[in-house]
Amino acid sequence: MNAAVIVFPGSNREGDAVKALQRASGKKPQIVWHGDSELPKVDLIVLPGGFSYGDYLRTGAMAAHSPIMREVIARAKKGVRVWGICNGFQILAETGLVPGILLRNASMKFVCKRVTLNVESSDSDFTRLCKLKQELNVIVAHGDGNYFAEKDTVKAMQDNGQIAFTYKDNPNGSLNNIAGVFNKERNVLGMMPHPENAVEPLHGSTDGAVLFDSVAKVLA
Amino acid sequence: MTSAARKISEEKSSIDTLLAEHGMSRSEYDVLLKVLGREPTLAEFGVAAAMWSEHCSYKSTRVWLKTLPTTGPHVICGPGENAGVIDIGDGQAAIFKIESHNHPSYIEPYQGAATGVGGILRDVFTMGARPIANLNALRFGDPKHPKTKSLVAGVVAGIGGYGNCVGIPTVGGETNFHASYNGNCLVNAMTVGIADKNKIFYSAAAGIGNPVVYVGSKTGRDGIKGATMASGEFNADAESKRPTVQVGDPFTEKLLIEACLELMSTDAIVAIQDMGAAGLTSSSVEMASKGNLGIEIDLDKVPQREPNMSAYEIMLSESQERMLMVLKPGREPEAEKIFRKWELDFAVIGKLTDTGRLVCKRHGKNEIDIKVEPLVEESPLYNRPWEPTPAQPAVDANKFPLPKGMNVLGALEKLLSCPDLASRRWIWEQYDSLIGANTAQGPGGDAAVVRLDGGNKALAMVVDCSPRYCAADPVMGGKHAVAETYRNLCAVGAKPLAITDNMNFGNPEKPRIMGQFVGAVQGMKEACLALDYPIVSGNCSLYNETNGNPILPAPVIGGVGLIDDVTKTVGSSFRAEGEAIFVIGEAHGHIGQSLYLRELHGKEEGPPPPVRLTVERSNGKFVRNHIHSGDITSCHDVSDGGLLVALAEMALSGNIGCAIEQEGDAAFWFGEDQARYVVTVKDPDYLQEQLEAAEIPYLLLGQTAGKALALKGVGEVELSSLRTLHESWLPDYMSH
Repeated sequence: MNAAVIVFPGSNREGDAVKALQRASGKKPQIVWHGDSELPKVDLIVLPGGFSYGDYLRTGAMAAHSPIMREVIARAKKGVRVWGICNGFQILAETGLVPGILLRNASMKFVCKRVTLNVESSDSDFTRLCKLKQELNVIVAHGDGNYFAEKDTVKAMQDNGQIAFTYKDNPNGSLNNIAGVFNKERNVLGMMPHPENAVEPLHGSTDGAVLFDSVAKVLA
Repeated sequence: MTSAARKISEEKSSIDTLLAEHGMSRSEYDVLLKVLGREPTLAEFGVAAAMWSEHCSYKSTRVWLKTLPTTGPHVICGPGENAGVIDIGDGQAAIFKIESHNHPSYIEPYQGAATGVGGILRDVFTMGARPIANLNALRFGDPKHPKTKSLVAGVVAGIGGYGNCVGIPTVGGETNFHASYNGNCLVNAMTVGIADKNKIFYSAAAGIGNPVVYVGSKTGRDGIKGATMASGEFNADAESKRPTVQVGDPFTEKLLIEACLELMSTDAIVAIQDMGAAGLTSSSVEMASKGNLGIEIDLDKVPQREPNMSAYEIMLSESQERMLMVLKPGREPEAEKIFRKWELDFAVIGKLTDTGRLVCKRHGKNEIDIKVEPLVEESPLYNRPWEPTPAQPAVDANKFPLPKGMNVLGALEKLLSCPDLASRRWIWEQYDSLIGANTAQGPGGDAAVVRLDGGNKALAMVVDCSPRYCAADPVMGGKHAVAETYRNLCAVGAKPLAITDNMNFGNPEKPRIMGQFVGAVQGMKEACLALDYPIVSGNCSLYNETNGNPILPAPVIGGVGLIDDVTKTVGSSFRAEGEAIFVIGEAHGHIGQSLYLRELHGKEEGPPPPVRLTVERSNGKFVRNHIHSGDITSCHDVSDGGLLVALAEMALSGNIGCAIEQEGDAAFWFGEDQARYVVTVKDPDYLQEQLEAAEIPYLLLGQTAGKALALKGVGEVELSSLRTLHESWLPDYMSH
């Protein structure tokens, strides 16, 4: 698997993503600075967690317009797998690569806690090794993870199998407990929880590893 | 002076007004006149006032702080630098410090707390360390006080807002409530970082002619006179001091960390210092003073956020996220390229000289021209009068049995849901404690454990203090704070290495308060010596008083310990049913200053529990060794609330109950006797043998079982109902 992790000013979970990817594939992903307009030839692009540009405008809004994102969008349209985690999901939503938006948490507070996800679709390269409705014990750490989309959009997503994960106990007020979504083709995944922080015994859960193992296997 | 800068007598305000505004005494002003041999400019006056403020000069405390043990075989750098440095083996060093942001946080809780975190992070990465963890110690007023709730909300959001964005996990802390903090909350933040032992950066300037470089954010008018503000008591108009609070920008801090560490990976830097309290003034003076050199600054070159800033304003601004560096000659372009990449300001603002003077020009005029040495060395030093704190009469536990109609479990329920013992989940869920993917134990345990990248080695970290003990007996309270952190580190299997201290006290000009300080230092000193546990960095926050009412004294201790193999650490949650539960250590049912006495009898009386340092050391070692050998499966120290509270906390966090055979009275269950640990083991006979052999007193309490806490002869309480009580106080309080 050839993976690239994109780093924006303010990204801060790129290291965690790198470690989890390397653990699954045995290969160190490339780190690409946002200012580069050249993106190496890779088969997985990861947009990591963090506070790109300080989240001072709308989360993800600035990063969505950085030079590298034009290339990311072009590759996604060609079928390259793109995986946005937390701030990466917010960036994907801003670019329109995945439907919906992420609002401020209903509690109006940042929340870092363990959550249980239900896998809503195993028909993607990210969830290939999961069973449908399998429970994954992972963590969330965000202030703006409250997923929202218009009724029609959600209906269409359900029909297309674009809901990737739902929360068992909704930590942020997300519509229909949505924790992660695909694009129509299911080569782009955006999710708020951090599977990269649940891949080894030290993390208290290794449930996140299955997602990394899935992409690593598909792209081996 | 070469060109005529305006003299202070030409300013609009009279000298008396200026002295009062800057908290400078007439005698200090006379020293300034003597140093200069002429009248100062306003900028010179401001520089001297800041350097000689309590905050920067430690003028009331230096004589006592000097007595603290600060050396040891593993200490690489003790107090006096930006942070303390210890050797943790394998060519690595841990760099850490705790610092207060009490006064600003009371005035503007979100920004005050946020910039407290930003400041301590800079102190650590300035020395070349990548920060790996943040901790904090918070104290607020009576929950019923009208200001408390908004302070809690603002401070917690500020700490989270900054740390989460910068991306350093906040892994531990403590929070207390007491009416003495109604007018002065305490916000102490600690950062721990890791560096290559051979690549530590210091602040002593070197190399005449070397360029002095400013990096980071631009300078604005925020935080001017912050150090002076933090060196005075509050009165009714604390609100009017809001403009002295700085505004934090964690995004810029994150860029600054990355840019500095990138530059530090080259050999371009001679010296580096962050601009904290008193901004450009203290950073330039300290760097020059440590290098016995002069420094010349062209203030016109300082990146500025606002037009028409005066020399005084530029020198005293406490705008955040700024650093001052001395570079090797000719390395400026390489450094500039790195900072530009991270979209940060970079400006060569001056150079080092051999004059021993700080010279600052603004618009072509020498606004400052003063000898550096007296600003540091001749700063006032006071040996303030002090009175020892009178001893409290002992409390007879027999006079304070359980209140009528209440059994031991009823008292437990009351304690577990009282403000000082209720779960802090509402707080720590607002902190990202897991970023970095190395957090082995986050908030809620005895000590946080963070693995170091690239192996199984880990650091354990904790902050602790019991102000009520210190108020009753400062010597014992100081000893206790140190011993408690030692115990917390042992409880996760770590070898305690060194500490950082944050001395939060009232007005040192009052002999009673100074006596508290002197006593606490004495107790800390004894504990550090007995436990081989030196102090490598620290901070003092005095004048924590409002309208003459001082806080309960709080010498907060941050402890750091080493774990060779992170897979061997244990937590404080019961792990499995059917394990034997022991309490290790001796108890006499000491209820003086206990939470039981306060919460169930409304009395804050008596002496604190005595701390026996040799016992602390031997019990700690025993526990540590048996964690390493895998005998102990979970461990929790006995502290606030006593033995039964410790048992309940272990049961709740593991969601496994216990059946306790041991019987006792209120003092047995809730006394706060020291040097004790509750442990669980699979093989009770073996542990018993080992305890007997080590001659350590112990009791076999019972075993882990079921989903209830059951006490022989008393009854039982379901964990689910205990949990509701324990978990709901804080969220309920904050939502009403």
